[in-house]
Amino acid sequence: MKMMWFHLMPYTELPEDFKEKHPSVWIDIDPKLFDPRRGHLMYNDFIDELEYAAECGFDAVCVNEHHANGYGLMPSPNLIASTLARSTKEAALCILGNSVALYNPPTRVAEEMAMIDVISGGRMIAGFPVGSPQDTCFAYGQNPSMLRQRYFEAIDFIRRAWTEEQVFAFDGRFTKQRYVNCWPRPVQQPHPPIWIPGGGSVETWRYCAEMDYVYCFLSYFGYKIAREQMHGYWAEMDRLGKDRNPFRAGFLQFIGVGETKKEAMDLYREPAEYFYDRCLHVDPRWVVPPGYMTEATIRARVESQVQLAARASAGGGPSINQNAKDFEGIVENGYVLVGDPDEVADKLREIAIDLGVGHFMLLLQFGNMSKDLTRYNTRLFAEKVMPQLRDLFEDEWEDHWWVKPLAAGERAGVEAAA
Amino acid sequence: MTGLPTASLITVNDTTVRVWRKGQGERIGFLAGIGGLPRWTPFLDRLAETHEVVAPSLPGFPGAAGHDTLDTIFDWLLATRDILVASGLDGADLMAVSVAGALAADVAGVWPGSVRRLVLVAPFGLFDTAEPATDIWALRPGHLPDFMTRDRETYKAFIEQPDEADPIEWKVEQMRALEASARFLFPTGNTGLERRLHRIGCPVLLLRGSLDKVMPRAYLERFAAGVSGAAMLHDVAEAGHLAELDQPGTVALLVQNFLDRRTENEQ
Repeated sequence: MKMMWFHLMPYTELPEDFKEKHPSVWIDIDPKLFDPRRGHLMYNDFIDELEYAAECGFDAVCVNEHHANGYGLMPSPNLIASTLARSTKEAALCILGNSVALYNPPTRVAEEMAMIDVISGGRMIAGFPVGSPQDTCFAYGQNPSMLRQRYFEAIDFIRRAWTEEQVFAFDGRFTKQRYVNCWPRPVQQPHPPIWIPGGGSVETWRYCAEMDYVYCFLSYFGYKIAREQMHGYWAEMDRLGKDRNPFRAGFLQFIGVGETKKEAMDLYREPAEYFYDRCLHVDPRWVVPPGYMTEATIRARVESQVQLAARASAGGGPSINQNAKDFEGIVENGYVLVGDPDEVADKLREIAIDLGVGHFMLLLQFGNMSKDLTRYNTRLFAEKVMPQLRDLFEDEWEDHWWVKPLAAGERAGVEAAA
Repeated sequence: MTGLPTASLITVNDTTVRVWRKGQGERIGFLAGIGGLPRWTPFLDRLAETHEVVAPSLPGFPGAAGHDTLDTIFDWLLATRDILVASGLDGADLMAVSVAGALAADVAGVWPGSVRRLVLVAPFGLFDTAEPATDIWALRPGHLPDFMTRDRETYKAFIEQPDEADPIEWKVEQMRALEASARFLFPTGNTGLERRLHRIGCPVLLLRGSLDKVMPRAYLERFAAGVSGAAMLHDVAEAGHLAELDQPGTVALLVQNFLDRRTENEQ
């Protein structure tokens, strides 16, 4: 079982009356709410937290991409991953990911990720999400009707840029480049692992199966909502004749660990409510631009009114379920898994087996959680939960989709940061 | 005049396109606005009292697919031009509403003589950062009707599913129409038309609902000032963005008067 420590990098000082006075945490969030002096401290705390997670023995640290977003301060996850490439030694660097349709030519993505892979000695996982409608269509003005066509072409471009042995011409529908030559070349051959974060569309499952990429169900709403998605994913893998290797899949879960359940309930109430109430305050006008959802997805949703109600404003990306905002509801619905170490370990084992996922992406910092509490949560998990899950799946299945770093003797010695 | 139009199918870009026709007299083409033509309208009936109305569907709008093969405004203009020609509208009068106005205007400018006289209702195609048009692709769920017509019920009735229609396909068709408009206009509605406005040499009638919540009047004024042909701008009282849905009789009369007057002048 791979346990991966994921940071969204939320702005931790949104005002208490944020929801009352501001229409949205995303797209048109008031620029004046960002205090660069506070942001300076936040970024450095966040990077410290990622480094601490790596020191604690997590298999990977994860970063992702958001734009004009009060709960995600990483417009460029590559910048954060590049500093982690220097300051961490063993942990994989999972970039989940770059929304490649936004970058034309995608050459820059291929180059930057290759740089990170080389600097880190082959520890990078390349995640390529379509990207949320908010990030891609509204924050970046990308055309929703062409987004997926650009996306698939860009992944193809990047994969070829990493693997072709000669300079080549790429004459795509959207990207045209006479001379493609990615210098540097990635350490991992034929290319770094490619993971696809998705919101549960059948087309994405099929694409991952066809290309042999990892599928990651990333939602802020926990294991209960994930059941239907992941069971559907595996049914589709069965239909396509793929094995049920759990390392084909990843899944994200918020976690709050305490010495006791009561302590955990006390500690994580505020950051959880901050996240689910303030951070997910997204104006519905930014949810589904026409064309973002495929017609197949629209049909599926119209056909299943139950499904539609459950994911009312999903838009194909992380669904914004605004039902539970109080901590009791958040825990009851499974958005955040809270408990003592044994309880959390037991539940995660059950979830991993039920969902069939070999890669857990764990949010142990969320909302306005302080650096101290983040370290406490991280350490408790690493010391008391992780050992209970380590063996899961590892004997039975091989993780073909994990990083393949250089041998220790081939790696540059990276001096500790001053 | 009551009754349904006759429907025929043409093939453009390997895609089947529905063409509705009704009435007799001088031929006028009609390209519908946001959402396309899910059904025939009272306005078209009124216009068909004096004209042969020919209403082809644009790619992705109800009655035609194929929008997803069109990537650039050049692709869209060629497709629009091909559809007009295949519908028998080459050289005819042409009326276009809202999103379709951007395409019709460009066709008139790029192929001089292909459009005899042009009627545009609240056309897209321009953008002004100082006075942005409403972002119709970023409306809260269920709010589109509020921006389309003076009374939201008018637009809701326009897009209401007929009993005989498949409910899923009806919904998909409407979403596809919104996508199609976004495909050539997202994110601002600016197609670069302003640089080409001067090429439009035919007479132009510009109409705008006085209660239009989408398109600022200044856009139509820039339109009128930019074309090289004679241009008239007329406000339609008590009408929203899709003025012909709110005021079918008034808009039909304005169009008929415009066409009659020009016909007299030409003679």
